[in-house]
Amino acid sequence: MPLDRKIAYIDLTTGEINSAPIPPEMRRRYLGGRGLDMYLLYNHLAPGVDPLGPDNVLTVSAGLLVGTLASASARTHIGAKSPLTGFVGSSNMGGFFAPELRWAGYDHLVIKGRAERPTYLWIHDGQIEMRDAGEVWGASIPETQERIKEQLRDPEVKVLCIGIAGENLVRYANVMTGMKNAAGRTGMGAVMGSKNLKAIAVRGTQDLEIRFPKDALAYNRSLVEHIGSTKFAQIMQKWGTMFIYGVTNTTGLVRNRNFQLNQQVGGNIECEHIERYSLGTQGCYGCVIHCRHKYMIKEGPYAGTYSEGPEYTSQGAFGMEVGCNNFETVLVGNQLVNTYGVDTLEIGSMIAWAMELYEKGILTDADTDGLKLEWGNDEAVLEMIRRIAERRGLGDILAEGPLRAAERIGRDSLRYLIHVKGMSNLHSDERPTPSLALGIATSSRGSDHLRSRPAIDLYHLPEELLRKIYGGPQPYDGPLSSDYTSYEGKPRMVHWQEMMYEAIDCAGICKYHTIFLSPNLIGFAELSKLIYYNTGLELAAEDIWQIADRAYTIERLFNLREGLTRDDDWLVDRYFDEKTPIGLPIVRGKSIDREKFRAMLDEYYELHGWDEHGRPRAETLAKLGLEAEPSHLL
Amino acid sequence: MDMMIVVDHAKCTGCRLCEMACSVKHTGVNNPSRSRIHVIKWPMEGFELPMLCQQCEQAPCIAVCPKDALYRDPVVSRVTLDYDLCIGCRMCVTACPFGGMGVDTTDRRVIKCDQCDGDPLCVRFCGPGALQYLPVHAVNLMKKRSAGLQLSEVMRKAYATRL
Repeated sequence: MPLDRKIAYIDLTTGEINSAPIPPEMRRRYLGGRGLDMYLLYNHLAPGVDPLGPDNVLTVSAGLLVGTLASASARTHIGAKSPLTGFVGSSNMGGFFAPELRWAGYDHLVIKGRAERPTYLWIHDGQIEMRDAGEVWGASIPETQERIKEQLRDPEVKVLCIGIAGENLVRYANVMTGMKNAAGRTGMGAVMGSKNLKAIAVRGTQDLEIRFPKDALAYNRSLVEHIGSTKFAQIMQKWGTMFIYGVTNTTGLVRNRNFQLNQQVGGNIECEHIERYSLGTQGCYGCVIHCRHKYMIKEGPYAGTYSEGPEYTSQGAFGMEVGCNNFETVLVGNQLVNTYGVDTLEIGSMIAWAMELYEKGILTDADTDGLKLEWGNDEAVLEMIRRIAERRGLGDILAEGPLRAAERIGRDSLRYLIHVKGMSNLHSDERPTPSLALGIATSSRGSDHLRSRPAIDLYHLPEELLRKIYGGPQPYDGPLSSDYTSYEGKPRMVHWQEMMYEAIDCAGICKYHTIFLSPNLIGFAELSKLIYYNTGLELAAEDIWQIADRAYTIERLFNLREGLTRDDDWLVDRYFDEKTPIGLPIVRGKSIDREKFRAMLDEYYELHGWDEHGRPRAETLAKLGLEAEPSHLL
Repeated sequence: MDMMIVVDHAKCTGCRLCEMACSVKHTGVNNPSRSRIHVIKWPMEGFELPMLCQQCEQAPCIAVCPKDALYRDPVVSRVTLDYDLCIGCRMCVTACPFGGMGVDTTDRRVIKCDQCDGDPLCVRFCGPGALQYLPVHAVNLMKKRSAGLQLSEVMRKAYATRL
C-alpha cells in the first residue's frame, strides 16, 4: 500500500539509524508530507534551539499521493526550524526525488545531529547508509548530482542536495533536485549545510500499491483531460509562470525598484522572449502541465548558459525589483541561483533593498567595494548573487537575511525593508489587494504567496462562483466580494486557500493543479476521490479540511512556542503609509488601511478559532484533538 | 491493420506518466522497474527519450528463444510472448539491442511491451503526444510531412524566385 512506507530516524552525530512504520491513525490525522512533517517537528524539536546548531531537526518527506495516479504527484517537502525567521521552516519542490524515496521504502526522514565530516545519505530499497561527501563538498547543484550518480554507478539515482550557498550557511539557501527544482523558502539548505549533510541519494524498486488500479487510471485520465482543457494549463504549458508578468505588470501589481513603483514602465521581459532560448519544456513526475523551459543562451557574453525555468519569481528578482529590463539578465540570474542553490525570491529582494539603500546613501561605494548598486545595473545584480552565495564583502551581510542584515547595516535601513516575520515579500505589490496582503501577513512560514494566496481574487470572478468555491466544505455564509480592492469577505478566502494548500502539500501534489491560479482545478472534493482510489482511505471533503486545519494549527503552535505574537502577523509600514504611484486606475493611489486591516486580522483569527492574540482557543484545540500536543517531546 | 508506437523525443517532457500507466495497467502497482516503457534521460543536456520494444520484424529475441515462446503475431502486428512456453532463461533479455525485454523481479518472469492488445495506455496518457500509435504506412508519410515543413521554407523561396 502507499500507506506502508516508513519513517526513518537518522542521527548524524552518532550514526544511529532506525525506522518505524507510520501508524494508520497518523495518516488519518495528518495524511503525510507537510502535515506529518509538522507534527514530527513539533514533537522532535525542543523550543528555542539554534536553527543552525545540531539540535535543529530536518525532515524530508514524500506526500501521501506521491508516485500515485494523482496528477503531478511529485512533491518533496522539507521542514526544520527556519534559520531565516526562527519560526516554522517549510518548503517543497517538484522533480523526481519524492517518488523514488517511496520506491525505496520511505515517506519521511527525520534527520538529527551534525555529521563530523561532509556526508551524504545513500538510501536504497530499505537500506540507509552514511557516506563520505568530501569529494562533492564545494560542488554546484548540477555537479553534485552527477558526481554522486557516477560514484554510485547508477544514472537512475535521484539526488537532493545543497550547493555552495547551503555550505556557506546563507540563511536562504535552497535544497534542490534536478536542474531547478528548489525547496527555496525559509533556508532549508542552510540547515542541511549546518549538519554537514551535502546530499541525499535515493534509488528504489519496491512496489507502490495503488488501491483501485482501474478506477485510479480512469479517474486520472479524466482529470488530466480536464486539466489540459483549461486555458490556464494551456498557457502554462507554453510559457510557464512567466505569463503572469504580462497581466500583473500591465495592471500595476508588481514591485519595481524595491518598493518605489508598482509597475515596470516600458518593461520588456515578457514570457515570449523565451522562444529564442528554449530547447523545449519539461515536466515533473506524472505532470501534464510541464511548466518549465530548458533554455540555452547561444551567443553573446553569456553564451553556453544552460538551465531550466525561469519562473515569474526570477523575472521579479532579476527584472522588476532591481529595475533591470533585460531578459538575458533574468536567464543568467536564474542559472546562477540554480547553480549556487539559493532562493531566487529572497536574493532578488535582498539585492533590490540594497540598491534602494545605495540610492539613499545608506550604503556607499565603501560598503560595496566599489560596485555601483544602481537600478538597472545588470552586471551589479549578477555580481551580488555571486557575492552573497560566496559570502564576500557586502554579500556576507546580505546572506544573513533581511532582519539580521538590517541590524548589521543600521542607519535607518530597516525602514526600506519589505518583509514579514523576517522573510522577504514576493515581487508583487499587495497594496491594492487586501486579500493578498492578509495572506502574506499571516502565512505561517513568513511572507509568502504559496501558503494562502487567493490569486483567483484577481480575476473578478462572479459572486456565485466565489460562493461555489469558498462556501464549503466547511460551511460559510458570510460576505464574499468579486472586487479585489475590497476588504469584504477576504479573510475567508485566505483561510480557505490556507486549508487547500495545506491539504495539497500533505498529499504531495503541485499547486498548479489545484485552485491557485485557476478556479477550475482540483478542490477538496476531487482530492477526496484521488485519495480514495489511490490509497483506499475514505475521507470526505470535510475530513480533509479538518486534517488541513489540524496541520496548520500545529504550525501555529510551533510559531507561538518560538515567541510569535500578533505583531508578527503584520505588514511593514510602507504598505500603510505610501500610496501606489502608478498603474491602472483601479490600483493607483492605494495603500492598506490600518483599521480595516486590523479588522480583517480579527476576522481571520475568528475563522480559525484563535483568540485576539492569535492563539488557538482551548475548544479549537479540543475539536482538532491537539490538546495533548506535543505529546512525546523528544 | 499494421500498427506501431512511434516516439517523438522532441515532444517528450520527461514526466514518466507513460511508465506509471504501464506499470499500474500490467501489475496493479506503480513500480517503474516493472514498467515495459522507460524514459531515458540526460538531465545535464535536457534530453529525454522514451524506450520500449520495437516489435522488430527480424527480432533477435525470437531468434534466440529456445522454446519458441516468442513469435511474430501477424494479427496484432507485434512480437508476442507465450508465457505457457517461456522457461524464463532470459536469452531474449540478453539478445535485445534496445532493452525492450525486461525481467519482472516480483513475478520472476520476462516482460515486454504487448501494446496493450491494440490500445496502448502509454499513448493514451501521453499529454504532449510524444508517443503515438499509428498505422505503419502512415508513419513515414507523417515524418516526411514534418521534415518537409522545415525544408519547405527554403524550397518555397527557391520556387518564388522562379516565378
